[in-house]
Amino acid sequence: MSLILEDITLSSDGQPHIYQTNLTLEKATMNVLLGATLSGKTTLMRLMAGLDKPTSGRILWNGEDVTGKRVQDRDIAMVYQQFINYPSLSVYENIASPLRLMNKSRSEIDDAVKEAADLMKLSNFLDRKPLELSGGQQQRCALARALVKGAGLVLLDEPLANLDYKLREELRAEIPKIFEQSGAIFVYATTEPEEALLLGGNTATLSQGRITQFNKTPDVYHHPKDATTARIFSNPPMNFLNLNKKGTEVTFSDGTVASMLNSLADGEYLAGFRPNHLELHKHHENAIKFSAKLNVTEITGSETFLHLQHDDQAWVGLVHGVHDLNLGEDLSVYLDPSHIYTFSQEGELVLPASYAGEKR
Amino acid sequence: MKKTPNQKAWFMVLPVLLLVAFSAIIPLMTVVNYSVQDTFGNNEFFWVGLEWFEEILHSERIHDALGRQALFTLIILSIEIPLGIFVALHMPKKNGLWSSLCLVLVALPLLIPWNVVGTIWQIFGRIDIGLLGYTLDKMGFDYNYTQDSFAAWATIIIMDVWHWTSLVVLLSYAGLKSIPDAYYQAAKIDQASRWSIFRYIELPKMKGVLLIAVLLRFMDSFMIYTEPFVVTGGGPGNATTFLSIDLVKMAIGQFDLGPAAAFSLIYFLVILLISWVFYTIMVHSDKEAG
Repeated sequence: MSLILEDITLSSDGQPHIYQTNLTLEKATMNVLLGATLSGKTTLMRLMAGLDKPTSGRILWNGEDVTGKRVQDRDIAMVYQQFINYPSLSVYENIASPLRLMNKSRSEIDDAVKEAADLMKLSNFLDRKPLELSGGQQQRCALARALVKGAGLVLLDEPLANLDYKLREELRAEIPKIFEQSGAIFVYATTEPEEALLLGGNTATLSQGRITQFNKTPDVYHHPKDATTARIFSNPPMNFLNLNKKGTEVTFSDGTVASMLNSLADGEYLAGFRPNHLELHKHHENAIKFSAKLNVTEITGSETFLHLQHDDQAWVGLVHGVHDLNLGEDLSVYLDPSHIYTFSQEGELVLPASYAGEKR
Repeated sequence: MKKTPNQKAWFMVLPVLLLVAFSAIIPLMTVVNYSVQDTFGNNEFFWVGLEWFEEILHSERIHDALGRQALFTLIILSIEIPLGIFVALHMPKKNGLWSSLCLVLVALPLLIPWNVVGTIWQIFGRIDIGLLGYTLDKMGFDYNYTQDSFAAWATIIIMDVWHWTSLVVLLSYAGLKSIPDAYYQAAKIDQASRWSIFRYIELPKMKGVLLIAVLLRFMDSFMIYTEPFVVTGGGPGNATTFLSIDLVKMAIGQFDLGPAAAFSLIYFLVILLISWVFYTIMVHSDKEAG
């Protein structure tokens, strides 16, 4: 089982929505589409499902060209951001509906529905109507329907986005369960890097209708191909600053000088680091000290987000615990050089952060 | 803070009280007043109790009118509701010039005053100068709504369908437009048939607006007066004399104020009762069906 997108493009009214894309999804894999809103995740899913036809290119399913095949004739299940269930049918009938359309026998349907309901913790609500359930349960019902169908390709389009924080965490844990049950190709669209890391598998990062990178999730996280990918796969987004390498010395755009990145050729570069690597204290002897003005702090309790202005760059720092800081104050922040990714000025990765290890 | 008790707040409800009194309570009470009295002119009235009510309830003429009225409303509802839904399903869903054009075309009949609609169809159906009447007559059909009661009924029903189906279309269309696209995609992926999509997605989602459409069309058609009055005047014979036409004949034609007042009250209660029953049944079934 495999799904191959071959030189797919999509444009409408002359406006390109998806630029030329190649993607191969293998049997029984979890594939995350990671990107901001409007980056093309849903559009790409609609193409995979056959809800839209690509402007050019082919879609191969198990080697067979299915580009022109109707959605109805394909082997897909899909779950949406909205909770989509049949409003007038009970939860039981909702879950059973795809099986009824396949003309399965009564006992077969009953077994499958009970099993799926059990997995999705819906066993006590089978007689209810979807609107009499909580949002999380409604989405579970939709997930159970997708699961029961036993489709070879399961598309999940931000299924947790409309749920509150607690329910989202709860349901997040269920998704790998369904995945293991089904053995299908899963495609999961999300805006949140945490979800991609949690689900594992492969990740494709999307930006403005292009797939910027597709690989094993930890690989994409540790070795982003370019600055755009790094920005997408970091929450809050990656911080950047310019640097100039000359001889053994590196001069940052604010004038800070450090001796590091020895393997780098002389020239102008873009340095990037993740917000959680910024520190308020010098924990590491090589740590570089920057000064930045504190604009806003967001305190969640266990963590504090610092919104900083460094030179002409807006930075975000994520530090543990609650700190007594004054707004508008000039802070000293520290950065371990092993956490710095170096990009060319065009944004291509030149040198990954040394903490990330060698690329596998 | 200490509260000073006073009755000033009552003045706040006074405007509403006055408005309702003059617009509803006083006219209604006048009718009630007439319904229990008889007069021989000279503005002299005397008490007759419930005599008029008994007379109306036992009057064959009223029974016939009620029967015609019920049949008319039944036919109207069973044509306009399904037809309205059908048309709404085939309206373009994407916003654009085409859908705007369709909406304007559909809404057009609703903008025409009732007596004008009557006049249009009265002329349209005439066999000497009317396009419809003349054509049918020349094609050999025996069509004359002033003499044939079937033709009269057909004309009035077609006229009402032409005039009021638009309302059902607009309400259903609004209901359909509020269904998120994802429902249709999900149904497509589920391999649901067109009929299942209608039965399990569109119909349940349209239920609320359809309830309103049925109620409005019931009340309006049960009270219909202007159009049949203009087209047939209740004829031929009494063939299209619906309740309100009969009522006006009684009140203004014969000047039987007492019986007409009793008739009005019964008429009013019948509409109220049926609407209430309708509403209760539909809301109840809505709860059961989710």
